[in-house]
Amino acid sequence: MRIGVVTFPGSLDDRDAARAVRVAGGEAVSLWHGDADLHGVDGVVLPGGFSYGDYLRCGAIARFAPVMERVVDAARGGLPVLGICNGFQILCESHLLPGALIRNDHRKFVCRDQPLRVESVSTAWTSGYAAGQEIVIPLKNGEGGYVADERMLDELEAEGRVVLRYVGDNPNGSYRDIAGVTNARGNVVGLMPHPEHAVESLTGPGTDGLGFFTSVLEGLVRS
Amino acid sequence: MARVVVDVMLKPEILDPQGKAVLGAFGRLGFDGVASVRQGKRFEIELDGEATPEAVAEIERAAATLLANPVIEDFTVHVEAGV
Amino acid sequence: MIDTVELAGKTPDQPQPWDELGLKADEYQRIRDILGRRPTNAELAMYSVMWSEHCSYKSSKVHLRQFGEKAPASDALLVGMGQNAGVVDIGHGYAITFKIESHNHPSYVEPYQGAATGVGGIVRDILAMGARPVAVMDSLRFGPLDADDTHRVLPGVVAGVGGYGNCLGLPNIGGEVVFDPSYAANPLVNALCVGVMKHEDIHLANATGVGNKVVLFGARTGGDGIGGASILASESFDDSKPSKRPAVQVGDPFMEKVLIECCLELFEARVVEAIQDLGAAGISCATSELASNGDGGMYVQLEKVLLRDPSLTPGEIMMSESQERMMGVVTPENLDAFLAITARWDVETAVIGEVTGTGRLIIDWHGETIVDVDPRTVAHDGPVYERPFARPEWQDELQAAGPEGLARPAGGDELRGTLLRLLGSPNLASKSWITDQYDRYVLGNTVLAQPEDAGVLRIDEETGLGVAIATDGNGRYAKLDPYTGAQLALAEAYRNVATTGARPLAVTDGLNFGSPEDPAVMWQFAEAIRGLADGCQALGTPVTGGNVSLYNQTGDTAILPTAIVGVLGVLDDVARRTPQGFRESGQVVYLLGETRDEFGGSEWAWAEHGHLGGRPPSVDLAAERELAEILVNASRDGLIDAAHDLSDGGLAVALVESVLRYGVGARVWVPDGVDPFVFLFSESQARAIVAVPRSEEVRFTDMCSARRFAHQRIGVVDDGGELDVQGLFTVPVEELRTAHESTLASAFEG
Repeated sequence: MRIGVVTFPGSLDDRDAARAVRVAGGEAVSLWHGDADLHGVDGVVLPGGFSYGDYLRCGAIARFAPVMERVVDAARGGLPVLGICNGFQILCESHLLPGALIRNDHRKFVCRDQPLRVESVSTAWTSGYAAGQEIVIPLKNGEGGYVADERMLDELEAEGRVVLRYVGDNPNGSYRDIAGVTNARGNVVGLMPHPEHAVESLTGPGTDGLGFFTSVLEGLVRS
Repeated sequence: MARVVVDVMLKPEILDPQGKAVLGAFGRLGFDGVASVRQGKRFEIELDGEATPEAVAEIERAAATLLANPVIEDFTVHVEAGV
Repeated sequence: MIDTVELAGKTPDQPQPWDELGLKADEYQRIRDILGRRPTNAELAMYSVMWSEHCSYKSSKVHLRQFGEKAPASDALLVGMGQNAGVVDIGHGYAITFKIESHNHPSYVEPYQGAATGVGGIVRDILAMGARPVAVMDSLRFGPLDADDTHRVLPGVVAGVGGYGNCLGLPNIGGEVVFDPSYAANPLVNALCVGVMKHEDIHLANATGVGNKVVLFGARTGGDGIGGASILASESFDDSKPSKRPAVQVGDPFMEKVLIECCLELFEARVVEAIQDLGAAGISCATSELASNGDGGMYVQLEKVLLRDPSLTPGEIMMSESQERMMGVVTPENLDAFLAITARWDVETAVIGEVTGTGRLIIDWHGETIVDVDPRTVAHDGPVYERPFARPEWQDELQAAGPEGLARPAGGDELRGTLLRLLGSPNLASKSWITDQYDRYVLGNTVLAQPEDAGVLRIDEETGLGVAIATDGNGRYAKLDPYTGAQLALAEAYRNVATTGARPLAVTDGLNFGSPEDPAVMWQFAEAIRGLADGCQALGTPVTGGNVSLYNQTGDTAILPTAIVGVLGVLDDVARRTPQGFRESGQVVYLLGETRDEFGGSEWAWAEHGHLGGRPPSVDLAAERELAEILVNASRDGLIDAAHDLSDGGLAVALVESVLRYGVGARVWVPDGVDPFVFLFSESQARAIVAVPRSEEVRFTDMCSARRFAHQRIGVVDDGGELDVQGLFTVPVEELRTAHESTLASAFEG
């Protein structure tokens, strides 16, 4: 199974995302922000980083990269898409996911091993977890506060589209402790924490993040 | 040549940590009588030509598309006089 | 009107602002003698920045030579001092380049940008060697934690280091933070960067090949930090002359990230002969260094430089310290391919000149020659001062006023109270409030990061080959005895690297001192270098490069003499690394090394009594070597599961840190006949604690015995949730954690 990892100028965790795909048993395919097609990949990861410096708003400019037109079309057609951190911000800016990410309430960048609860396992990227499972994966961001209006938040909760929630201290002021959400179809998932940094116990706090990548690969094999 | 200014502000219901921090600093520095502070962004856009209604409408479209995120932000566009 | 070489020849008596540019009268005269005429304004700008203390090392050069003269024979050294950074062989065809650099004064003036551009500058140095930068570390010194100015400077510096490094995608894997009154108004921001390459990819910044093109690429040139190199770093701040504080440089980490990827692609495509970064002294430095390290000649058309501010004069363009710029040397055949790659990365590029065989650096401005110099006279033949130095009169008095008379805690309650207060004291308190603002995960190769003893990186995924790096520097020890103090800094960094299981290989140093015009400071400096050079010789770890920062003082008061030493070590398999924290209940805790009654310059004397006097702990480099071998072998053979070096705060603080890492408990006993206070808080060197699985205990103690190295069984790891010093006191782990972790957060979140 081939999973594309998009590199925008300023992407930082693209190599890590590709490594995570490989560790999970998939083939990682590099996609360039200027690409006009997706080279037939079976899924796409938008990695973390500071695309275009994120000087305007996080993800605001990356959203208009040529490759994103293809990603948006394919996502609407059901292609599994995972947005991690900056990738989550890009998915929100692209309106593939509701809400937005704003500056952390304490106004500092935060990097820590974050306990999370998997709230929804009916997405392409979390099907391998148990509902309610608690996992620890690194969180690192300056603008990770998830916001949406009350109506949207209620809708997300009602439809089971909150994928991950922070456990313990809320690290960034996210509404309702939300760390990740999905679209109605469950193929597009965005999250602030970095599962690609928790795929080897040598270099991460554990291997709790691997499930995101094995979930999508297993799902693709099944279909 | 004309200058069009786009001001972008977080919507009132969205938490503004920067504004809150400035308000806190005001208190510590003794600037009293301030009830709240909101921090926003200002874009100064120099046009090639005059600020015709069409040109300003174009900037409004750009603001809605790129400069502001309507999910969390409001914006206003005005032509700056005397430039 | 533009000041040309022709005009300079005709107007020998025109007054020139050499004084304002920081040159001394005799230095200005020397420039006139070299040129046989007065310099043009552009030449004057060039000489003034390149002959500044910051760029020329004019006060330090005569002492720094010892690092070369006393360098131990090392097969590992591939490139030594004098290039952008030294390069070390770590095996399997891999080479590591690493270097520490200071950005002290700019970080005081504008903490965020000063610190950010400090990171940016050292990263470009590493990149210029042909290496991919893979990690940064930062060594910081601030005034007292409760001082108002510390609350302005520290958050800005930390946000700057983090903001730039995080956005560049380089993990921050370690460093130190120390508070002392002498650093008030003189904060130290020393940034270290590590880069990796294959041997065949090493590039030297030499302009060779007559006819090759000289290319400037990256950000445009603006008015950033003009004169910064010469004026900002050469003189102490004097409030009566605010005009001496020129604009600080502003960094753009996104541009730098793009520049990194672009340069690596240029190297990989083999379309560039050499790349030199533009740092202090900008184009003046890059052109004169590239030319004098190569064939010696270069011709530049300065008007081709792309400008952000078109009103800049030629002299200002030459001095500008705009960030995120690189200068490349490209063969004419490769130029198109080179330009195609920079275009792909949207990096603006201008061909500004070419390499010549004339031995002259000639710079034209719209057809008129404004610089015509021998580049060596600019880059290498600057003034060299043998500054007078003398052991200060107060040194004897300081050493005589030892800690012997200070009241010592006695009994369990007092020892317990001392431990909790020390854990919360600014220098020993957890620095997680700071380090949690740095990304330590990006690139996915961070095996250990702060608060571990050293940062450990995986270099090769297949073999597990990796490196460890630690920085250390204790200014209080060095104040008491600069020769010993510098060796103690080296010994601690060396020990920290070995503690993780890595074999120490090489050294970089950041030497931060007061004014070289003060003979007492110059003596501290000379002694520290002598100590460090002797120490490196004894430990077999050559100095590969580094940085000198002088004039760190306010009025007549200099900072503590602060030699920050970075040691690089290699691990053949990072999976074998030894972490700091105790984890497994039942493992046995051993104390390695000899504990003596040594409290001169200790954290206890300072935090509890505000005392600094006496002699620092004694140095035994042979013991450090032996300890390192034990730690490295034990790691390789799987004899230990945790190790932590003993330094500031002694055994008690080390035990707490090892317990807190994974929240376990430990029972410890004081050996018979040993004074509990000395046992718990002495700062004797060449010591470490290790956790040994019971199955390996005999093998481990046999190894120590065979090497005749002192080792004492002092405790057991347990899951009781407390640190129990038997017969004296017990503290629950959560109480230890609160004492250790709340200091910085409450200071800066209040």
